[in-house]
Amino acid sequence: MAGSIYLAYLNGYLPRWVTVLDRGIADVFPFPVRRLELHLDLHATFSPDRKQYHATLLLAGLLRHLPEPESKILGVTAVDLYAPVLTFVFGQSQLDGAGAVISTYRLRQEYYGLRDDEGLLIDRAVKEAVHELGHAFGLVHCPDFECVMRASSSIEEVDLKRSTFCPACLAELEASSAWR
Amino acid sequence: MSKRKILIVDDEVSVRQSLQEWFLEDAFDVETAEDGAVALRKMDAGPYDIILLDLKMPGMDGITVQKRIRDVDKDACIIILTAYASVETAVEALKLGAFDYVTKPVDPDDLSNLVKNALRQRELSEENVRLKEKVSELAQATPIIGESPKMQRVFELIRTVAETDSTVVIRGESGTGKELIARAIHAQSKRRFFPIVAVNAGSIPETLLESELFGHEKGAFTGAQYRRKGKIELAHGGTLFLDEIGDITGKMQIDLLRVLETKRFTRLGGNQEITSDFRLVCATHKNLEQLVQGGDFREDLYYRINVFSIEIPPLRERTRDIPSLAQHFIAAYARAMGKPVRSLSPEAQQLLEAYRWPGNVRELENAIERAMVIGKGTTIEPEDLPLRAGSEENQLSDRSLADMERVHIERVLDELDGNITQAARVLGIDRATLYNKLKRYGIRR
Repeated sequence: MAGSIYLAYLNGYLPRWVTVLDRGIADVFPFPVRRLELHLDLHATFSPDRKQYHATLLLAGLLRHLPEPESKILGVTAVDLYAPVLTFVFGQSQLDGAGAVISTYRLRQEYYGLRDDEGLLIDRAVKEAVHELGHAFGLVHCPDFECVMRASSSIEEVDLKRSTFCPACLAELEASSAWR
Repeated sequence: MSKRKILIVDDEVSVRQSLQEWFLEDAFDVETAEDGAVALRKMDAGPYDIILLDLKMPGMDGITVQKRIRDVDKDACIIILTAYASVETAVEALKLGAFDYVTKPVDPDDLSNLVKNALRQRELSEENVRLKEKVSELAQATPIIGESPKMQRVFELIRTVAETDSTVVIRGESGTGKELIARAIHAQSKRRFFPIVAVNAGSIPETLLESELFGHEKGAFTGAQYRRKGKIELAHGGTLFLDEIGDITGKMQIDLLRVLETKRFTRLGGNQEITSDFRLVCATHKNLEQLVQGGDFREDLYYRINVFSIEIPPLRERTRDIPSLAQHFIAAYARAMGKPVRSLSPEAQQLLEAYRWPGNVRELENAIERAMVIGKGTTIEPEDLPLRAGSEENQLSDRSLADMERVHIERVLDELDGNITQAARVLGIDRATLYNKLKRYGIRR
């Protein structure tokens, strides 16, 4: 991949720890990490019944803002995301594609009735961002419990894994054409 | 490891897409179908590890589709998706054998656990089938007993041919243990970690044999309610033991020849070509050369299978093995029956050695089993043995000296592999005298 990784903060959501997330991505991916602030039509992705936002539609809107063809874009939002058949998703990506999106809505301790913990939120956000970008680079879920590509459908599973790739996933990435 | 296959059947495109994305990220091989008819067509391409099935669809509803899927693959692992938590329909789906059901939208954690459990159950069920086959294989792995020179030669041939991948023909009278020899070849071959699948062609009518060997698709013939894999397909990676090959009909000979040459075939009523990598070991009690000469067995098939031939001698030609065979059966049945029988009396052993055993080792085993049932004490006596009434060998007291001489000459010759010079030396007579006696008693070497 000759381009950059764009971290697109959506609709005014720009938490004070954005530089930490930028650095977390730059530590793992050997590509320039650039920041964008975008305004998407979130209303069009909103489901009044579910009071959530359709992740697939949101991702489709995000991809229209891809700055250059040879790059990847990761949307970061604070709204609650869903996929039609699932109650929620932490994030969504195009497998071996250009884009991904993550939501911090269910990464916050407050969502689970616990006290705010910004350090934990950042840690979770980095993991989810690396995970979804890993899919965009063509990786599927990994059976290694500590690998960032381990499937996590609950917050406890997010906390169990690390924010880095296991040797097998890293080797697969390094062998892929998207990594070059 | 090959990818796990999942089929998503739902009329809502957004549901199909989101589930497809979800399972692609989980490294599944994903197929989708918008209705039951498409799903059933996709089932023709082969089984799926998991089928996610929407209950409410236009046209064929989920319950009907579930029944139809079961007709094609009775082991299919189906998870029902429903937008409405209806207890009645869920119970009906579960009664029809669905693994579980979930209501849409489903919690990702629940879906993830459900799929993991479904896969685990499927793996256990497949492992169960494999283990049963293995246990059955091990249970039949009776040791081959034989100290006689003729059996030692058979063992040497088994060792020689086992590690090759050549087709083997095992010849011998009924009851000589041809299947045991086939299993010994398989057990010593590089295919031993795959199954050995046995088919007795002599005991099955042609039409059934065709289905037995090649398998059939659902509806291929009346009564074919399910798709069924044939023995050739099941033997993939391992050995196919085809007993009584001399009994198969002309059409089956052509079909078999084609499979042996291409390793490809189709199930009855199907058009999908299936490849099976198997080694053929066959057996017959018939004279294949005579069958070829008489036009009853195809010459090309004969040359295709007759790459390596092993002849198992009848028991009467290896009387030296009778005591150890008898002792083996006594020990085995004593364990199975919980009886204290340990040995044969000298008279009983003499009787067994003198008998001609037309039913070979199988008859000897049956005789010992019966003696174990009716016998009392720790030793089998002559009266416990059910040897055939009227047989000249089991009536020692009524036999002439000439009869005894004939039996003794036959036994010495058998043990010395027909060597006249050595036999004459053992018998204490010269070669000319031995030749005269052979002629008089009609003994063929």
